Amino acid sequence: MSVTQKDILALQPEIEELARSYGLDFFPVIFELVDYDTMNQLAAYGGFPIRYPHWRFGMEYDQLSKGYRYGLQKIYEMVINTNPCYAYLMDVNALVDQKLVMAHVYAHCDFFKNNFYFSHTNRKMIDEMANHAIRVRRYIDRFGLETVENFIDVCLSLENLIDYHSPYIKRKGDNREVSDNGAPKPRIKKLKSKKYMEKFINPPEFIEAQKKKLEEEKPEHLSYPAQPERDVLLFLLEHAPLENWQRDVLGIIREEAYYFAPQGMTKIMNEGWATYWHATMMTRNLLHPKEVVDYAEHHSGTVANHPGRLNPYRIGYLLFQDIEDRWNKGKFGKEWEECDDWREKKNWDKQLGLGRQKIFEVRKLYNDVTFIDTFLTEEFAREHKLFSFAYNKENKRYEIESREFHLIKQRLLQSLTNMGQPIIEVVEANYKNRGELFLKHKFEGVELHVQYARDTMRNLFHLWKRPVNIQTIVNEKPVILSFNGQDYHEVEIEEA
Amino acid sequence: MPLMNMENDYNRFRQIIKGKIKENLRKYISNGEMIGRKGKELVSIPLPQIDIPRFRFGDNGQGGAGQGDGEPGEPLSQGDGEEGEGQAGNEPGAHVREVELTMDELAEILGEELELPNIEPRGKKEIVSHKDRYTGIRRVGPESLRHHKRTFKEALKRQIISGQFNVEKPRIVPIRDDYRYRSWKTTTKPESNAVIIYMMDVSGSMWEEQKEIVRLETFWIDTWLHYQYKGLKTRYIVHDARAYEVDRETFFTLKENGGTVISTAYELALKIIEKDYPVDEWNIYAFHFSDGDNWSRDDNKYCLELLRDHLLPRVNMFGYGQVESTYGSGEFYDYLEEHLGDDDRLILSQIPDKEAIYDSIKDFLGKGK
Repeated sequence: MSVTQKDILALQPEIEELARSYGLDFFPVIFELVDYDTMNQLAAYGGFPIRYPHWRFGMEYDQLSKGYRYGLQKIYEMVINTNPCYAYLMDVNALVDQKLVMAHVYAHCDFFKNNFYFSHTNRKMIDEMANHAIRVRRYIDRFGLETVENFIDVCLSLENLIDYHSPYIKRKGDNREVSDNGAPKPRIKKLKSKKYMEKFINPPEFIEAQKKKLEEEKPEHLSYPAQPERDVLLFLLEHAPLENWQRDVLGIIREEAYYFAPQGMTKIMNEGWATYWHATMMTRNLLHPKEVVDYAEHHSGTVANHPGRLNPYRIGYLLFQDIEDRWNKGKFGKEWEECDDWREKKNWDKQLGLGRQKIFEVRKLYNDVTFIDTFLTEEFAREHKLFSFAYNKENKRYEIESREFHLIKQRLLQSLTNMGQPIIEVVEANYKNRGELFLKHKFEGVELHVQYARDTMRNLFHLWKRPVNIQTIVNEKPVILSFNGQDYHEVEIEEA
Repeated sequence: MPLMNMENDYNRFRQIIKGKIKENLRKYISNGEMIGRKGKELVSIPLPQIDIPRFRFGDNGQGGAGQGDGEPGEPLSQGDGEEGEGQAGNEPGAHVREVELTMDELAEILGEELELPNIEPRGKKEIVSHKDRYTGIRRVGPESLRHHKRTFKEALKRQIISGQFNVEKPRIVPIRDDYRYRSWKTTTKPESNAVIIYMMDVSGSMWEEQKEIVRLETFWIDTWLHYQYKGLKTRYIVHDARAYEVDRETFFTLKENGGTVISTAYELALKIIEKDYPVDEWNIYAFHFSDGDNWSRDDNKYCLELLRDHLLPRVNMFGYGQVESTYGSGEFYDYLEEHLGDDDRLILSQIPDKEAIYDSIKDFLGKGK
């Protein structure tokens, strides 16, 4: 009972109109019906038909094909953040599945368009990716497949060392103006004056004296960068001794990493939002009575609780429902927080009806970290049986750690912060005054995987061409790991 | 909308995998990881260093949040930690990934790395494979195979010849005679058949360690010969003071306590060959693994006779692999070496430990027989 492109086109106006009537606001959506193999290929390419040549796409494809063949996984839909928004649907799905998926897609597309964290992304990324492919291909023709491929491997190894928040904020050290010796130029304060009064108000002798004083006061050793730099890739782009083509390739990898970053930062919200809307539209409008069973099966599969872990579709969906309910009933604010009569709380209903408005606001302004931090409540955690888990070293297994709210929230936020990746900064680019690179892992309770760290340092060395050091914690002791191009060293240090 | 690039990226990935396996082949051969992972046609291989390394959190350090029943202290089911939100995963060691290869691909790698020559099959070929290929055209056939273009051409020709063709109004109507159909030809590909007869000493002096070596050897011999001969059969003989034919499972698990009379196995092998595998139709391979400790000098002599007069004339090659054991004297190897060392149908190989398997396989298969 498969569906044709024609069926999709026939359905599209109805669903689109419906989505609009609920207030969803999206780029034009183009649906493409594809077979499973094309779907797997697209998924391996992150949804983009043309990417630069690289074996890891082949590896992803190999894994996806295997998963599909063994019936372990099936991709229903794939939607990419572009304008117009391209959405791929699997051709073997029944009509009811397609309806659900199309409703789901419109919500994703609304999220892409309106969520703050996507605001800087390039909506013409299909073209940009194709341009990247052309450039990389040209380099391959010029410098050989292995040379370019090896370099891409190195860049990909560092791909996560970007500053996920930099597109949205201005960091202190953003002023990159530096003097010749690498230190920021000190300024001499002058008093404001008319031009003809200048030499009276700011006498040249005085200015000279001030300059001298500054010169004397100059700290002996200035570190560069002046502020720790979290966008390690940018730092390398600007300061590593790279050839032009290498700089370009590194820039490509960095640009693509920033493009994909918001999707990782809003996984729970984005999937929750899309699930909320497919459920709303299907059950209220689109569902034909004879499709109810099939719909229920598909939807329950999407939001299924996999014992012991969090399904982002489920948790996001439930949280959006919870927020809507709370703002409809006025379960927020001082009065609500201060009430400690559980019976009163249970029957609380101020009939505010602000729920819908609130969730639209939430989808605009939050990312997963702030979403969970703001809206995960103790009541919610208890009702949905959330728990925290941790690795028990004695029993060598993961165990349920606690059902205490603050622990659950802490664990959950920790796993979402910086997209679940260690925060690593460039602290010093002239370490030991020998041009060595010095990084610092901002330790937040979880140690690095040492083997991976070593292999990654090897790749960093490849770009920096001088020894690479990273300060971190190994076996609960502060250490500096170093790689000098041949050997690894580990030195224990005093302070953390 | 097939994506043209994927084929390249995929092939490049396969090429890289094969390269990595080749680099590590000696290790794979001696530690036997692959054997337990062999399916019917595919073998799954744990491959280190294929993943791209990144700074990431260590295994088992990071906790997370989950949903469901259970008391604090209860274990999560397997893999929970791995799939948790933003989790690092709890797989051990460095970046290991399972990749799959077909047995033929594996054999190719083995052949390239060990520089094994392809085997020149001997003897008459037994016809085994039939292949249908659409190669011809004929005038009759099922409608589903009608060749539209040819049919149209025939009709056009006929109309031009008979003057019915009007350039102004080109209407081609095929009639019965014009119809053409695709036809196929069955090609038979002569292929050589081969049989391997494995013999193993299961007497008390053969320990698990020795048997493991035999198991590894046979895995690679099988892989290579399967690649060379599509219709490969395998027979298994175990012996202590007597010989039995057994299935593969038993071959590797059976343990007897008796003494060792090697000639019993050779007699049985000879019987099997005479009964089932006419020499002019079959390529016959015999491998015998033992710790070289035979019952008596008389039996050594009898073995020699059996080999020289009966077995060697019938087989492509006879491989004798001697594993080392604390209890074995290892004299059988020396005996064969002394008396049959010049016969190139007999290949002798000593396999003191797992490390030696690599070279032993090269001994056995390196002659291209």
